[in-house]
Amino acid sequence: MEKKTFEPPVIKKLNAGMPSKFGMTPHIEAIPEIEGHKVEELLKDHGSPLYILSENTLRSTYRQAYQAFSTRYPKVQFAWSYKTNYLAAVCNVFHQEGAWAEVVSGFEYHKALKNGVLPQYIIFNGPAKSYEDLKTATENGSLIHIDHFDELYMLMEVAEETGKKPLVAIRVNMDTGIYPQWDRFGFNYDNGEAWEAINRIMLSEKMELAGLHTHIGTYIMTTQAYRVAASKLADLAVSTERKYGHVIRYIDVGGGFASKNTLKGAYVPGTDTAPSFDDYADAITGALINSAIKPEHLPLLILETGRAMIDDAGYLLGTVIANKRLASGRRALITNVGVNLLFTSFWYEHQIHPAEKVSQHTEDTTIYGPLCMNIDVLRAAVDFPLLKKGDHFVIKRIGAYNMTQWLQFIEYRPNVVMIDTQGTPHIIRRREDLDYMTRQEELPGHLKNFEL
Amino acid sequence: MKIRKNIAVSDTGFVFDPSTGESFTVNETGQEILNLLKEGKSYDEIATAITTRYDIDRSGFEKYYQDFIEMLNHYHLIDYEG
Repeated sequence: MEKKTFEPPVIKKLNAGMPSKFGMTPHIEAIPEIEGHKVEELLKDHGSPLYILSENTLRSTYRQAYQAFSTRYPKVQFAWSYKTNYLAAVCNVFHQEGAWAEVVSGFEYHKALKNGVLPQYIIFNGPAKSYEDLKTATENGSLIHIDHFDELYMLMEVAEETGKKPLVAIRVNMDTGIYPQWDRFGFNYDNGEAWEAINRIMLSEKMELAGLHTHIGTYIMTTQAYRVAASKLADLAVSTERKYGHVIRYIDVGGGFASKNTLKGAYVPGTDTAPSFDDYADAITGALINSAIKPEHLPLLILETGRAMIDDAGYLLGTVIANKRLASGRRALITNVGVNLLFTSFWYEHQIHPAEKVSQHTEDTTIYGPLCMNIDVLRAAVDFPLLKKGDHFVIKRIGAYNMTQWLQFIEYRPNVVMIDTQGTPHIIRRREDLDYMTRQEELPGHLKNFEL
Repeated sequence: MKIRKNIAVSDTGFVFDPSTGESFTVNETGQEILNLLKEGKSYDEIATAITTRYDIDRSGFEKYYQDFIEMLNHYHLIDYEG
């Protein structure tokens, strides 16, 4: 007789009269396979934990976003936000789809070049570009987005030294009616600083003002904020043309579109609240088309969408290490996936799914990672199925930021696998090992030996 | 160790404690263990019954059993007098 699958016994108190405020079912579906591959086999072949990226989802999400904008506006260009995920395989999927590169450091700039992006298709953002960075980008003819006046004057020196006119945009921050208002990056629109920066650039004649850029924030759930942002940039473009007869070639509204992940403290899931690409496109393109910009001078619209472009394509697979009972009576699940691999768990309530079919029984559970640190909590309180030691699980929507902000802390970082459009898995970043971890270290001679 | 006599366990996994009016749900394995405890079975007998029917070995079962007993204790469903 075949034995039945064992589920840890559980007893749960019923709280009559205390239904969920929104009546949502706590049932968590199992995810037994990803793109036709059994989770168990992926983990057997590539080790646990394991990152999985779906090339299909990357491409289809890009095409959805592109279609939303290009059907509403004549000139649209996406630029892949390197900081969101700069694994070469990921970048090149987006480059193959037609995206330029948007980078925020010298490292990212050179990574884009190494990936094969032509320098004129690299947008160089960021508040900390060095003189050398600016010089390289100027000589290469990349698009440089100026963040502050010190950078603006440094760029003038670069222009003098190289004898080349840097192609620039200014980054503009502004009140778009949302909180928090990001004012750390760029020049402020509302107090006239952005207009002053434009005047200094135009009057210096040392730079070519190609564009205007803003990045109003992150995980923006109201499209109205983008409408305001695009209108304000359009006003600056119109003023520049009126005063100098100079046509602004592009308007870059940055990124910040929300993904379908649920923010901590949110009442309803992100799947219900995140605007679609069409919603964002409608607001942004509507503002530009309805602005006072002359139709023959409509600028190229650049978008640097990161999070919403890749979150859905990423999965993090892991294994239960242990169950324990906390002093409060709550179940604790210890897993091999911690905040070191899932940095975004600091601000999202990530959806975690068992890899095998489970019963409808759940228990109030805290899910921990493997780190010997109290902060290593993936979910502080979740009604979770009764997984036992050795069971596998899948965390959805982790493609953005986790493969760049991951921490090399206590554990090696695991394999990253991309499943291609034909369904074939490829390792796109190998698991770290002791050799990798110690390669950059130098040990002074007098510290080589010791006796205990 | 026994479950308190007045605790009712339904066939569909509902548990009722008439002394407090509290209700609970148990899953399939929980229900089986509760019924075996009510019948006065020993740990050995319960472990044999469960490991015969489910894909778990004795050492694996023991820790989940202990955890379950702790929760029964937490909810005051255990009869220490009897």
